[in-house]
Amino acid sequence: MRPVYVISGGVSKFAKARPDKTFQAIIKEAYDYAIQDIGLDFPTFTRLADGSVASYFSDHFSRQLMAAIMAQDYLGLCPKPSHRVEGGGATGGICFQEAWKSVASGHMDICVAYGFETMSHVETWKGNEFIALASDISVDYPVGGFYSGYYAMMVTRHMKEFGTTVEQLAHVSVKNHMNAYHNPYAQKRNRLSIQDVRNAPMVAWPLTRLDICVMSDGAAASILVSEEGLHKLEASGAKIARPLVKVTGIGRGTDAMRMADRPHMDYDYFMDNYATEQEKNSEDTRSYYRKLWDHGTRYPGVHSFRAGRTAGNMAYKHAGINDPINDLDFVELHDAYTSSEIQTYEDMGLCRYGEGGPFAASGKAFMPGIDYNLDLKDEPACAVNPSGGLIACGHPVGATGLMQAVFATWQLQGSIRKHFGDDALQVNNARRGAIHSHAGTGTYVSISVMEREG
Amino acid sequence: MAKLPSKREETLGGYIVHGVPFPVTTDPESLAFLKKMAPIQIEQPYSITYLHSYGQDSPWFAGLANKKLLASQDPQTGYTYANPRAADMFTGNETNWIDITERSAKIHAFTVCHFGSEEFLPETPFVLALVEIEGVNTLLLTRLMGVDPMEANLDWIDMPVKPSFLRNSKLKPTDVYFSPVE
Repeated sequence: MRPVYVISGGVSKFAKARPDKTFQAIIKEAYDYAIQDIGLDFPTFTRLADGSVASYFSDHFSRQLMAAIMAQDYLGLCPKPSHRVEGGGATGGICFQEAWKSVASGHMDICVAYGFETMSHVETWKGNEFIALASDISVDYPVGGFYSGYYAMMVTRHMKEFGTTVEQLAHVSVKNHMNAYHNPYAQKRNRLSIQDVRNAPMVAWPLTRLDICVMSDGAAASILVSEEGLHKLEASGAKIARPLVKVTGIGRGTDAMRMADRPHMDYDYFMDNYATEQEKNSEDTRSYYRKLWDHGTRYPGVHSFRAGRTAGNMAYKHAGINDPINDLDFVELHDAYTSSEIQTYEDMGLCRYGEGGPFAASGKAFMPGIDYNLDLKDEPACAVNPSGGLIACGHPVGATGLMQAVFATWQLQGSIRKHFGDDALQVNNARRGAIHSHAGTGTYVSISVMEREG
Repeated sequence: MAKLPSKREETLGGYIVHGVPFPVTTDPESLAFLKKMAPIQIEQPYSITYLHSYGQDSPWFAGLANKKLLASQDPQTGYTYANPRAADMFTGNETNWIDITERSAKIHAFTVCHFGSEEFLPETPFVLALVEIEGVNTLLLTRLMGVDPMEANLDWIDMPVKPSFLRNSKLKPTDVYFSPVE
């Protein structure tokens, strides 16, 4: 595989509704921004691009089949090769990885990954119904299909199994909304308290409206290139930021659609097949897990996402990461629910299984220099969702994973001030970050590691 | 005093409009002004009836209609699924049906849905639960009845429950539901 660089990206305005434009024109906002950021004009870049990968989740929201080719057409990329990918909430992350494959394999030198979702075309409750159709329509959906309900069941099990509290969940909401206060792309830029989160209307016990992301209209685009692609663009006048940002780790995992069908594995099987290298090598952690299992914990059950752990282990091996919390400077992860951020801390090895709740409230995942008005006992160690994540930025499904890729690129370029107009969210000396994209109840998860060169 | 909603509920619908504002003449100035206009939004109703087959899972639904809860079991390993599953995920073997109606069960996880998808909104608040059934390796998603949804409590987990069946089957997984053992 060849080295692959992410040289630019763009994110449209995310909003509850964007009736001002059709989906193609919203994608073009992001695409134009990405091109302009490397100093090229539309015709020059479009001539040089070898192809694209398109990302959107649901045909139902737009009531338009083959929407991707309409975007390809609108962006002037016909007749270059393209295809659409779909993997629920992980669609954007998978799209990014498919673009990486196109370049790494030598099939393309310059590949554009773009994605969108326009969820405002139906009322919220119908939108919830569409999303719930991403559960088994024979045995799950008819019981009361509602994704917030599915995740809430995972929460109650996590709380019972590990003692996680609703206040720990609320720390995630306060952090991400506060981070988004400095992100002009974010849909919800709010200063919240733990009590605000808990006093919000209950959606699916114990998750309140402020524990859950909102539906959005929006798009994002990311440009991936080989060294040859880089030279072609620069030979045509592109001004590409240095140091370069390179993709150094790719991982993906899956799990059963019906979460009721997921296995409950014993300690030895977990240690052999799912424990991180760091966990395997720590006598203290092996002993800690032995106690959990002796107490009745089984893996993954419905409290953990083995797709996330599988993706993380694969990406970390690829990138040479052995100690995630110290080897990563930041993570943009899929926080459709505060609880899924906590579960993902554990899957990604930022803390051990069962310790996600205390980790959330410790301060380790917070940004330095931002006043959250919380009493945090630990110093920041690895900023999680410095952008504000899905909870605050919004979640136009097909765009979300690519939005993470763009924000991560800007972090590693050190260009947050340029794009946000404020460097409060710039992770100091960011050298390596990860993006994590996640589909319904952990069915598909993608994790990509990106690094600053030099 | 109870807190009442401060906003009216938003719905689609309204008057049918004939005639859309547009410049009387299409001179350059008027055409340029078109770019400042708000978008036109129209309603597009969409309704369809699917003929959905339960395929190889059909006996499971036939069981519910006859007040029997079936499970799928690997004949070689004994691994048992509460959901219908014709092939085992570990061995690939074709599974056999077994009757688990009388087995003891308890709550593994639950939630109370105060909102929901459009189809289920009229039923809120309702309780969703994942149930552990004796000798079964996987869980079953079901509705939990007989508890107060406004008094949700983690202590509901591990509570013994028993299945009940609708007298008039709808051939849906909700033909079976669970409630606390008294």
